[in-house]
Amino acid sequence: MCNQTVGLVAAELERQGVTTVAIQLLRSIAERVRPPRGLWVPFPHGYPLEAPGEPERQRQVLRAALDLATAPGPGPLLVDYVPTRPG
Amino acid sequence: MAQTSELTLTTRLFLKAYRWRQIDPVPFAPLSKPLAECRVGLVSSAGFVAPGVEPFDEELRGGDSSWRSVPSDADTSSFSDSHRSESFDHTGMERDPELVFPLTRLHELAAEGWIGEVAPRHASCMGSITATGRLVNESAPDMAAQFVEDQVDLVLLVPV
Repeated sequence: MCNQTVGLVAAELERQGVTTVAIQLLRSIAERVRPPRGLWVPFPHGYPLEAPGEPERQRQVLRAALDLATAPGPGPLLVDYVPTRPG
Repeated sequence: MAQTSELTLTTRLFLKAYRWRQIDPVPFAPLSKPLAECRVGLVSSAGFVAPGVEPFDEELRGGDSSWRSVPSDADTSSFSDSHRSESFDHTGMERDPELVFPLTRLHELAAEGWIGEVAPRHASCMGSITATGRLVNESAPDMAAQFVEDQVDLVLLVPV
């Protein structure tokens, strides 16, 4: 339900002229609801930024979301996040 | 990876029959400036509330579609979890609220120069909303009005 909720809020923001990126945990729901820009992350429910107590991993997800904000339209855009692991 | 198979049978049956609200047409507001010049806000559906703020109503039929404005200098470590869903593991976000409400992370990205600045106000809601009418007709426009008033360029939305 959270995926739908943030998608619907994102749509209203975009209608008001504000760019959005909605992180999405369930790809199948994102494809149905269609937020304007969605970053699908391969993490469990409750862990949208991957891991607690891991600031850099959390920032990596946020940087990917911010990058998606620069993508040209039209929407919906749904991009898969690929975590990078230290060598 | 989040999968519906990890949910309870009752939840899976509900979701199978649930009619998702599709966004159509899909609005699309292009970013008007470089990220490094953008004012960025957050919406988290984790159901977090700051001390002294009324918690979300976990018992409300169809879900509590109200929302709380969160100032940029809020201490996320003081937030309490009032999300009603038992369909996910709450331990991660209770240990580290930044996992779902990354306000400190956003300030760090501003300090790094990835974004221009952090918006003065953000939004917290509880994502477990099955009846979406009030969310779409009242709460979402109210949240959007806050970000428009604050001249926010970009909003990141984080579900749980």
